[in-house]
Amino acid sequence: MSKKEEIVRVDHITKRYEENAILEDFSLSVYEGEVVVIVGPSGCGKSTILRIMNGLEPVQKGEVTYRGEKVDGKLGSITRIREKVGMVFQSYELFPHKTILQNVMLAPVLVQKRDKKEVKEEALQLLSRVGLSEKKDNYPRQLSGGQKQRVAIVRALCMHPEVLLFDEVTAALDPEMVREVLEVILSLAKEGKTMVIVTHEMAFAEAIADRVIFLDAGHIEEEGTAEEFFRHPKSERAKQFLNSFTYDKVVHE
Amino acid sequence: MQNLGIDVLFKGTNMLRLLGGLWVSLRISLIAVGFSIALGIPLGMLMTKDSKIVKAIARLYLEIVRVMPQMVLLFIVFFGTTRIFGWNLNAELASVIVFSFWGCAEMSDLVRGAFISIPKHQYESARALGMNSFTVFFFVILPQTLRRLLPTSINLVTRMIKTTSLVMMIGVVEVLKVGQQIIEANRNSSPNAAFGVYGTVLLLYFIGCWPISMLSKYLEKKWSNS
Repeated sequence: MSKKEEIVRVDHITKRYEENAILEDFSLSVYEGEVVVIVGPSGCGKSTILRIMNGLEPVQKGEVTYRGEKVDGKLGSITRIREKVGMVFQSYELFPHKTILQNVMLAPVLVQKRDKKEVKEEALQLLSRVGLSEKKDNYPRQLSGGQKQRVAIVRALCMHPEVLLFDEVTAALDPEMVREVLEVILSLAKEGKTMVIVTHEMAFAEAIADRVIFLDAGHIEEEGTAEEFFRHPKSERAKQFLNSFTYDKVVHE
Repeated sequence: MQNLGIDVLFKGTNMLRLLGGLWVSLRISLIAVGFSIALGIPLGMLMTKDSKIVKAIARLYLEIVRVMPQMVLLFIVFFGTTRIFGWNLNAELASVIVFSFWGCAEMSDLVRGAFISIPKHQYESARALGMNSFTVFFFVILPQTLRRLLPTSINLVTRMIKTTSLVMMIGVVEVLKVGQQIIEANRNSSPNAAFGVYGTVLLLYFIGCWPISMLSKYLEKKWSNS
């Protein structure tokens, strides 16, 4: 993995909300074609990392670089980098006043100034890939949560990002819709897309991750391959965390 | 049944005069609406900013407009300020000033409400797609804000049109005043004119406001799927 080119580097980041330190001296590198899954108890700063990677969150110390280019507060550099970094949010946040197709086409046409016809063709192709081409003229509110989230993924993909960030994309979904979204992400992983995923779906994390990062209270508690982390966790905190997803069988006395 | 007193309207140019009066009412309100939109939108956007001073001033302005009856405002501007500052203000201009002052305050509050009702995530997901603040505002935030603003602002427009009936108190000859004149002039020949004429005035207000309401309904329906 280390032979591959480093795409994103989060370098010694410290992030505080007022007095509370969310992240303390946090560093992470993501390499080309790698799928990094960040897990950890809620409030440990997982989502904040993704938001920092996309420049949505100011930091007190440290820096983020993309292929060596520094992400700073300057508008030009941040928007240029955001084009290369797709982000999908928990609450999908499609634009409610635009149709599905318009949602997908807006940024490529407006931001990347690409040819409308070419973008439309690609958008339709991507929509059909996630099984939603017949919804292209519908509005977001006419879609289910799972469908909206698939559109949000397509919307990010249509920008040709080099990295995709997924921020608890299934957390707001009904259980029966989780799979249809995760399968889309799994198929992207098979294609070799570089991704950073924050999730609470442990089975999914285990299936997709090249590398698992277990975050606790703002620092990396444990890091390893999916196999290592899920089958042979080393730290006590990780064991505790993984146990919290299983239940002991009730024995009637 | 008694004579409804509509016949006076067909004497001479009475109906035309009444329509002329309606035009005066609409002119005052539409010019005021224009100012209210032009000034209320930027003011409302300013009010969404975090500055305490801006908020305090806007609050004060809004409260003044809310607690003061429009008629008192009209009297202050038309009778009061003209004496104190010695300027020359015709009644129609004074009306436009007062209605703009009122409309702008209400409009800014509606605009502020519409803007803060857009979820923060809308900004974030747009920014995450690489849009700059200009594109985020004009292609994502503004269209949604306008849709939310529409019903309430149309309501404000019709309220402003209706309230122009007050401006006759400072001598503007608008539709209600014309109606009154017609009734006065025909007091002896058609004593029932009050019903017919005021009834017609009511109808004219309806004709003035109804299309605006319909337009709003149409746009709401057209945008409802979004």
